[in-house]
Amino acid sequence: MNNRSSSQTSLRDRFPELGEMRGRYAEAFIGNRRDEVKAYLLIAALISLYGFGLYYVGFTPMMLINGFGKFGIVVKAMMPPDPGSWDNAIVFMRGVIETLAMAFFGTICAAFLALPFGFLAARNIVSNSIIHHAVRRFLDIIRGIDTLIWALIWVGVVGLGPFAGVLAIITSDFGAFGKLFSEAIEAADQKPVEGIVASGGSRLESIRFGIIPQILPVLLGQVLYFFESNTRTTTIIGIVGAGGIGLYLTETIRTYLWEETSFIIMLVLVTVAAIDFISSKLRVAIIGSRPV
Amino acid sequence: MQGDFELATTIQPLPDEQNARLQSQYAMALAQKRRQMLLGAIIVVLLILIAAFGAEVDPHKFVTNFWKFPRYFFDMTPHVGLSTFYDDVTEWYWGLGKWLKLMAETLLIAYVGTVTGAVIAFVLAFFASNSMEVSGWSKFLARRFLEFCRTVPDIVFALMFVVSFGLGPFPGVLALAIHTSGALGKLFSEVIDNIDMKPVEGLRASGASWSQQVRFAAVPQVLSNFTSYTLLRFEINVRGAAVMGFVGAGGIGQLLIEYVRKFYYVDVGAVLIIIILTVMMIDYGTEKIRHRLIAKEGMS
Repeated sequence: MNNRSSSQTSLRDRFPELGEMRGRYAEAFIGNRRDEVKAYLLIAALISLYGFGLYYVGFTPMMLINGFGKFGIVVKAMMPPDPGSWDNAIVFMRGVIETLAMAFFGTICAAFLALPFGFLAARNIVSNSIIHHAVRRFLDIIRGIDTLIWALIWVGVVGLGPFAGVLAIITSDFGAFGKLFSEAIEAADQKPVEGIVASGGSRLESIRFGIIPQILPVLLGQVLYFFESNTRTTTIIGIVGAGGIGLYLTETIRTYLWEETSFIIMLVLVTVAAIDFISSKLRVAIIGSRPV
Repeated sequence: MQGDFELATTIQPLPDEQNARLQSQYAMALAQKRRQMLLGAIIVVLLILIAAFGAEVDPHKFVTNFWKFPRYFFDMTPHVGLSTFYDDVTEWYWGLGKWLKLMAETLLIAYVGTVTGAVIAFVLAFFASNSMEVSGWSKFLARRFLEFCRTVPDIVFALMFVVSFGLGPFPGVLALAIHTSGALGKLFSEVIDNIDMKPVEGLRASGASWSQQVRFAAVPQVLSNFTSYTLLRFEINVRGAAVMGFVGAGGIGQLLIEYVRKFYYVDVGAVLIIIILTVMMIDYGTEKIRHRLIAKEGMS
């Protein structure tokens, strides 16, 4: 009971010395207030930008209701998921298998290609700062372009089909892997390297026996993680004609074959869940349960 | 005296018989490890070959067409002479005003989508986490909903929303928001799982309601982590928003795919450079903010 009543008294009653404290430590209190004002201004700016954004994209509650009304009809038309015919089902299954193959092959190739660049971009391997900065910026540029844009470019080079998608995955992952690998190499413990150099090992041997054994599990974990995320990416790469299940997904949506659309989405969800499960099990087996 | 000196740690060589046994066992262990490695390598190579077959990888096509790849980038860069540098560049960037406006639209789509998604994720994450006691079925619902939003790619949502909301940036915003809520919701709920439970228990013991426990015990602990994750997601969403236009959901992607399809190489190059520079600037800026957040975290 006592507790309850005291929680209703004001802060000032409970701390009669508050006023005195404010006088004595004016600086601390004013500092806090200045930070508070800054924080409120920032929040106000962020909220008004958000408001402007909503206005800009033409948001009105009516539109949201209308749109979701229509979307409700679409969702209703999606039920039950149905491939249409057995032939279609087989075609879609093949699309999923193709997607998985693209993701796997692309991820592995990208990892192999990126490994030497990871070393080039690592400060503790290449001490020449011009080289490692140049390689870093090069990798940044590649990473700045989305996989779908790469797919669009590769379709122009090797034509429509899954091969263009594979090349798109390789190029965009190459940039990401290069950066991650170089960070893993920089984080490696230098003591084994020093030990090998001290006992007469060459530079190459110090990398082979001093660094590689340390970073290999980390790298494998990252590759597996990217394989997971690439299975998601690859499902949509077909939107620009670069193979995989995305092609059928786009086609069925554009031709309003909603039951088939939902069948494909279900198929993708199940596949992605299965891959996530397998790959996370493998990852834990390789590196334990630490985050990538 | 000096002649008798003997190191205290002199190692006696093992008797031959024991030595031989050790050596052979070492060789066996090594051979077994090598066999395992070889087996693993063979399996991986087989998988790669199967995958290459499934993905219609065609080295011949690659080799005969590869020259087109550098050609593509060569075609993208216009002739810029040193003496006429300014004029060449201004001619190359003839549509700069239009392109920058579309790029700003892209950023706005990413921003509104990220904020909306983060707000939804913020609310749902408390229901999906283990540490804030909520009833079993609402936890189950929240988790399945987040999982669904996360697994369906944003551009697939955009494809469907374009049908029901019409062309324009709004379906893009909505698609990003939904996908973001799924992705952030999972990360947020993991952060909440790992909070220090003592403040929550303290508040509960003094009779605070569930929402008060969330507000005064959980939120102060998770806010900086949430901000950091949201910033990371914003980076990802800027890239995502840049391609939303491929399916008609607004932003610079619409123009890019049009230029690619019409073979306006030089314009493709110009637009790509704008996208890359923007993405790099956003990455750099958010990284700076995140480092400051982490530094603050470390101080308190």
